[in-house]
Amino acid sequence: MFDGLLTITVFLPAAVGLLVAIFARGKNSDQQIRWISIGATVVTFVLTVMVFVGYDQDLAGVQMVDYLERWIPIDALRSSYLIGVDGLSAPLVLLTGILGMAAALGSWRIKKRLREYFMWLLLLQTSVLGVFVSLDLMLFFIFFEFELIPMFMLIAIWGSGRPRYSAMKFVLFTLAGGAFMLVGILAIYVTPGVNTLAMVSIPELGIVGIPELIAGADLVVPAALIFTFFFIAFAVKLPLWPVHSWLPDAHTDAPTAVSVMLAGVLLKMAGYGLLRISLGFFQETKGFTIHDVAGYMAVVAAVSVIYGGIITIRQTDMKRLIAYSSISHMGFVMLGVAAVGSSAVETSTAGLNGAALQMFTHGTITGLAFLMVGLSYDRTHTRHIPHLGGLWKKMPLIAIFFLIAGFGSLGLPALSGFVAEIMIFLGTFSVWPWATGVSAFGVVLAAGYTLWMVQRVFFGARPTSPGISDEVYDNLTDANWVDMVPVIALAAPIFIVGIWPSVITDMFDIGIQAVVR
Amino acid sequence: MTAQDFWVLSPEIAMALLALVVISVDLVTRSMAKVSTVAFVGLVVPLILTLNLWNGWFGDPATGPALFDTFEADRFSLFFKFILLTVMAGTILASAKYIASDRMKDYGGEFVSLVLLSVTGMMILVSATELITIYVALELTALPVVALAAIHRSKQGVEAGTKFFVLSAISSALLLYGFAYIYGYTGSTNLHLIMERLAVLPTEPGVPFGSYAVLLSVIMIVAGFGFKMAVVPWQMWVPDVYQGAPTPVAAFLSVASKAAAFAVIMRIMYVAFGDANLMQDWSGLFAILAAVTMTLGNTLALSQSNIKRLLGYSTIAQAGYILVGLASVPANQVGATSAGAGPQSVLYYLAGYAFTNLAVFFAVIAITSRTNDDSIAGLNGLLKRSPLLAGLLVFGLLSLLGMPPTVGFMTKVVVFGAALNANLTWLVVIGVMNTVIAAYYYLRVIRAIVFEDAVDESQFSADKPILVAAGFAAIGAGVFGLAPFLMLDLAEKALSIVPAMITG
Repeated sequence: MFDGLLTITVFLPAAVGLLVAIFARGKNSDQQIRWISIGATVVTFVLTVMVFVGYDQDLAGVQMVDYLERWIPIDALRSSYLIGVDGLSAPLVLLTGILGMAAALGSWRIKKRLREYFMWLLLLQTSVLGVFVSLDLMLFFIFFEFELIPMFMLIAIWGSGRPRYSAMKFVLFTLAGGAFMLVGILAIYVTPGVNTLAMVSIPELGIVGIPELIAGADLVVPAALIFTFFFIAFAVKLPLWPVHSWLPDAHTDAPTAVSVMLAGVLLKMAGYGLLRISLGFFQETKGFTIHDVAGYMAVVAAVSVIYGGIITIRQTDMKRLIAYSSISHMGFVMLGVAAVGSSAVETSTAGLNGAALQMFTHGTITGLAFLMVGLSYDRTHTRHIPHLGGLWKKMPLIAIFFLIAGFGSLGLPALSGFVAEIMIFLGTFSVWPWATGVSAFGVVLAAGYTLWMVQRVFFGARPTSPGISDEVYDNLTDANWVDMVPVIALAAPIFIVGIWPSVITDMFDIGIQAVVR
Repeated sequence: MTAQDFWVLSPEIAMALLALVVISVDLVTRSMAKVSTVAFVGLVVPLILTLNLWNGWFGDPATGPALFDTFEADRFSLFFKFILLTVMAGTILASAKYIASDRMKDYGGEFVSLVLLSVTGMMILVSATELITIYVALELTALPVVALAAIHRSKQGVEAGTKFFVLSAISSALLLYGFAYIYGYTGSTNLHLIMERLAVLPTEPGVPFGSYAVLLSVIMIVAGFGFKMAVVPWQMWVPDVYQGAPTPVAAFLSVASKAAAFAVIMRIMYVAFGDANLMQDWSGLFAILAAVTMTLGNTLALSQSNIKRLLGYSTIAQAGYILVGLASVPANQVGATSAGAGPQSVLYYLAGYAFTNLAVFFAVIAITSRTNDDSIAGLNGLLKRSPLLAGLLVFGLLSLLGMPPTVGFMTKVVVFGAALNANLTWLVVIGVMNTVIAAYYYLRVIRAIVFEDAVDESQFSADKPILVAAGFAAIGAGVFGLAPFLMLDLAEKALSIVPAMITG
């Protein structure tokens, strides 16, 4: 069975990136590279829309499967090239399409080593898309790890501040997590009776997935240990307190477009892994199930939300501030997953749906926030909040969209963030009232740090000294149309999902129903 | 000799003839470009003859033993002959510029024909099924390398050549000692007959391999080939010879010599000592060697400042990973379905490693021939100076490191998977820990290439032939990493010819 659409969608960015890197030469090549690379991400976006719209919700299940059975054809590790989408991955594929395009457009002003830059950016998009569509654990792992190389290069070469330190920290944290995951994968494979790497069952192809086979199987390694291995990898990537410390450094030093990708989709790989693997595999395992630790997950989530929120308020660097707010917001994802501890199906699926939606909305909202910080920084050359003020008069457009991102982030009704958070709270409150109650304060903190930052940066008086010089201040210009294209691309879904959430939630619900057995 | 014997031996005969042709051409013309071209084009003949034996184009594939049961052109040996011919082709391309240089052009023809002769020896070695033939082929393999290492007559070159010669002689002596014991015990030098006689000879309970004579013999044989495989504790010569010998020779040694040695040790172990009980005994021996080799190779590589020495230690560590696959014997399998996983993973690892290591070495040759600096600091800022070579080298290093989705990662996963199936979990743990140690020194080189600033900012690019060779090696590494089934299927076919390997 080979549908082809997904394979093309996943590998198109990488193919274009590599071809451009090899063949683009000559005087006008810079402009050509920009247009071709952006064109590739636009086409990819269109393809992801086709995937999203083309998914038949009545049929449900896994669709658009590309299957090549003999990819690693040895009995010791039988792995297939198996990709496809279901309700859980389709919206995330779409999200990657949107953010990939926004990131490429947001890189318009990059001048340094342009050819390599776009190559890595496009390779990054391919690896993230690959993670979301992979239905074979080995393939999933390869895409999950491959993303490190482009990210390392993008932060280390095009970053600011202490780029090499941050890039190295990012790689080491993720590599360490990844090593645990690989051990977990091998441990699942060698379990007698499992001997497959398929992450889901696909009856049409006669594929029986790990979730069914692992239920009741006698595991060689205790299920709790395998669960922990996967959980460590995802906790690092999400990131959860206390393994979050790579995130602020990576974000602060990364170029704008890379921050957009990092916050927008890379963190979602972990959320997706939590739902697909941690939740999908460990519901009926012998000796241990995910329900046993849902309470701990809720506690860690609450700590992440509140710790992230409090640290965020103290930040004086705009980018670092948004980076820390991500920790708080991804804590909500974890909280939503913890709803699985509920015995009532309605509440647990509400929480899980909320977690999935939170991933989608956080991707667009935080992506937008990073983009706006980037635009502001390009003009003022500082992200230090006490040095800024009164920018509203000079850059109204930037201020407005910054405010939209801020409102989305603090959960203003009619914007997408509100829907996700309310669903999470509805799902978890009945099971973990204390953790949920504490986490709800995260929303208050979010309102605090967001509004306070917007107030200090865009409104109020311009600080006399030290601040940005008169010369710079007088020449400040608002965003032009080149800047606005990616901004609109990210702002639109915030409104659409806020007003009409079912366009995404119906899809996620199909996926969650399939994962929860 | 019968006509059948000629068929079976045809690739080796063609290789030996090619070596003579190359020397003759060298007498007629002084143009090294012509010598290289003749050698490169001439390789088509042995390649076609090998393909013929694999596919049976001109009549049935000759599978039976030939030359009085001393030689067998089965698919197992043909698989290795393909690797050897690929390495040979790459070496000719990579040394095209080198043999045309001023100090080399008087010995250019000799250089190429010596490499050809050495490969001829290796091709016989991987096919030999009898101990004396193995020994003779081994000497044919080693002696040209001695001359090659010392071909410069520089102090370092002569030191490298002498070192290689002395240690080679010692290892041969050990090997012969081992052969003598097994001959004395079983009364045969034929591998199949040894297996048959060992099965009927009485065994002493509690003694590994059933008898001290066999135990001693296996240890001697492993020690003898351990030298060729560059396995700890017979690895001391590697960094010195790699540093002292011309880099194309080091590249050739690191891949071809290692592949041939692994092939012959696999054949001896599976054919002569392929009994299930014996298998478990030598599996333990190789597992210990693997653990020591990986760990020591990687640890010693950490402090190296010369890129050729670093690669030398890296090849030692890689030999350790291959030994993991060798130790994963069918007799220990958890499930009966995965019987051939161990040997199959060895073949896959060796093929992937061949492509990767050639890409790395060729890139290093191309770079050092321009910069005349083989310290790691000499690679600083290479990305700006020569983006293409830097890209090739970084790709190759990432593959050696085992970064997904390169062939280096795939081969490691397959080898570790085979080891898990063979109940060698402790060895897998050590292996995974080793890849983390290895990451440190590979990343150090990559950091120098990508991030450090160069002292000399001048740009340069490589000569066409070596660039083509490195490019093809890198493409091979890429393809077999993204599509592992291509190589694994070949490896599976190569196993099916040696029955002991799947019946276990």
